[in-house]
Amino acid sequence: MDQGFFLLFAAMAVITALIVVLAHNPVHSALALMACFLQISAIFVLLEAPFLAVVQIFVYVGAIMVLFLFVIMMIDVREAVLQRFLPGGNLPALVLLVLLGAEMLVLVVSSDRFSATEPVAMADGDQIRELSTTLFTDYLLPFEVASVILLAALVGAIVLARKESG
Amino acid sequence: MVPLWWYIQLSVVLFVIGAAGVLLRRNILVVLMSLELLLNSVNINFIAFGRYYADFRGQIFAIFVIATTAAEVAVALGILVALVRNKSTLKVDDVTVMKG
Repeated sequence: MDQGFFLLFAAMAVITALIVVLAHNPVHSALALMACFLQISAIFVLLEAPFLAVVQIFVYVGAIMVLFLFVIMMIDVREAVLQRFLPGGNLPALVLLVLLGAEMLVLVVSSDRFSATEPVAMADGDQIRELSTTLFTDYLLPFEVASVILLAALVGAIVLARKESG
Repeated sequence: MVPLWWYIQLSVVLFVIGAAGVLLRRNILVVLMSLELLLNSVNINFIAFGRYYADFRGQIFAIFVIATTAAEVAVALGILVALVRNKSTLKVDDVTVMKG
């Protein structure tokens, strides 16, 4: 049952990811990426991380992809449709990618460290409560740093995208 | 249950597809989207390991990765808008000023 759902979501995620890279039109890429994020959030549900699944939908599908579509709407993407891939000199990058992928696949399959089929039993209780307790006690400093990073990015994006006023 | 290495394989495949997008595509927008794909495949790894070893830190790191990604996308799209306004191009190989 679980395996069937995993295979379904994984196949859809891989297909939509391929569409992202291969599509002619950036709008199609953005929509395929949105579908891919939805599949990944379903996989998070399979991994019993419901909070992360909801955050994935809110942040990626809700915020980031809408930002992408706004930018696509603001700028003219028609001239970029004509040529999809970088001209010439692609062979080294392709070889590198194939080597990287084959290496990782072979290592993961041949190693016995990844063969765990049954997860270690979680302690009973409200997992989201425990997650937030850990986040706000042990990881309070990184949390505050992340909020400062978000503030800096907000200010930076406004400054960068503002029209020059002399 | 699903074995752990299935999740790792899925994230490997998504990572390679995203890396292909970053290295081979010409359009800056699609390069940025492929970057999102890369970060998401890493998140799958974090959460899968956290689940299979009953450790919350996987999920916590995934939250930080998501926050950093949101910041990165905001800045990157700001730069993109400024670039289109000043040079009116979306092609990666037109923006090689820093390389000389």
